[in-house]
Amino acid sequence: MRRWLLPLGLIALLLGLWQLACSTGAIADALDLESFLVPSPAEVASSLWENRGLLAENAWVTLREMLLGILAALLVGVGFAVLMHRWRVLRDAAYPLIVASQTIPIVVISPILVVWFGYGIGPKVMIVALICFFPITVNALDGLRSVDPEAVKMMRSLDASRWQRFRRVEAPAALPSLFTGVKIAVVVAPIGAVFAEWSGSSAGLGHLIQSDTAYYLVARQFATVAVLAALALALIGLTALAERRVVTWR
Amino acid sequence: MKPESRGTQTVDPPAPRRPELADAIALRDVDHAYAELRTLDGIDLEVPAHGVLGLVGPSGCGKSTLLELVCGLREPTGGTIEVGGASGAEERLARCAFMPQRDLLLPWYSAIDNAALALRNQGMGRRQARAAAAGLFERFGLEGFEAVRPDQLSGGMRQRVAFLRTLIAGKPVLALDEPFASLDAITRAEMQEWLAAALRTDPRTTVLVTHDVEEALYLSDRVAVLSARPARIVAELAAPAPRAADRDAAVTDPAFVATREEALRALREGSR
Repeated sequence: MRRWLLPLGLIALLLGLWQLACSTGAIADALDLESFLVPSPAEVASSLWENRGLLAENAWVTLREMLLGILAALLVGVGFAVLMHRWRVLRDAAYPLIVASQTIPIVVISPILVVWFGYGIGPKVMIVALICFFPITVNALDGLRSVDPEAVKMMRSLDASRWQRFRRVEAPAALPSLFTGVKIAVVVAPIGAVFAEWSGSSAGLGHLIQSDTAYYLVARQFATVAVLAALALALIGLTALAERRVVTWR
Repeated sequence: MKPESRGTQTVDPPAPRRPELADAIALRDVDHAYAELRTLDGIDLEVPAHGVLGLVGPSGCGKSTLLELVCGLREPTGGTIEVGGASGAEERLARCAFMPQRDLLLPWYSAIDNAALALRNQGMGRRQARAAAAGLFERFGLEGFEAVRPDQLSGGMRQRVAFLRTLIAGKPVLALDEPFASLDAITRAEMQEWLAAALRTDPRTTVLVTHDVEEALYLSDRVAVLSARPARIVAELAAPAPRAADRDAAVTDPAFVATREEALRALREGSR
């Protein structure tokens, strides 16, 4: 109860302060802006309601980009982690490359992918996958390597094949760590999706925010941000739920 | 487990005395080194079928390495190791069941699935493996704990499950690496009695590594005392009353006390 009440109380307090600052015109005056450029929470809420259809449509576009991107990163990342765990040579060769790949800002790759693959969903999924790949791969590999060498000896002596050792010891041992990676991936996925949409798109929450700038639809931009945050929170919640269902021994 | 036993409804727990589970062990002039670090120096040891050999020695002397060598988890740098007449590492691995120092029960499996791990690895279905292990749970005082996850078990219970896991593998040789090192004194004495009873009803050729001389002398037929690294055998002693039903009486018997003192003396000399 307390776990929910305290943060909810803080949110209510902050929203209240924001509402107060807007209705007195304090922020607009301080920034020397027209008041319609500084929407109050109430105005954002009404924009959220009025534009519900448009927001839902674009949210679905962005959500699909994120989900497909995370899924792709999960498949490739876990596969790669398993291969690197199995073959030491591959790990020694590829690991520095994977770390180095993280130094390239996603913002600069994004326009290139749009040039190559066009305005469709493809480049968005690729960008989300690129940004999610690193935390998933690194955490999955860490998890696989966390297995006690004595446990491996025990399994070998109990007639376990390489596959059985993986299936019964290494894979379950890696799960908590893998979930940590997925949680990080889920948090960064919206960043990737929005950047990808800004590089060239015809729909999506990132696209909506960008196009609304030209029309000074600030209330709707805030509403869009709220929807994006809600999507991310829902994904984090689902991941945590899945973790509790799968990792029952912690 | 043989493939033809698959598909039957229940599987009998391993019968108490199986003549096929009677391999002898012979080590001849075994040397071992990790790169430059020499750990074992000319070890000669013999364990007859169903015999129990205790290995004691100072910490870090190479007892565990010796155990891994017997199990085929490592190869010696010199000399030969035979288990049941076979000397290849893979053949030794097929004949030995290794119980590591910590119980290493897998937290994602229930107690019975941990105990039945070897049967599952050998290709048995989950239900049959559980049925086979259930008989042993009953016999070894673990009834009612089948579905419990390892973190809900006491230290002694965990060691029992870990030992059953080793026993159920159905190997002729048991290799136990300080099985009770993590337990408190009372639980440890209880577990020694429990293990003695288990080996009386289900005798196996056993190599027991421990740093506890009393434990070694109570559980083993013979105890080999190793020196500091590189380990040599400094003494080999016959235990006066191996696995006696009354542990307290056995370990306070003058003959036992005298042998224990002798072993401790050898241990001290070997540590220098």
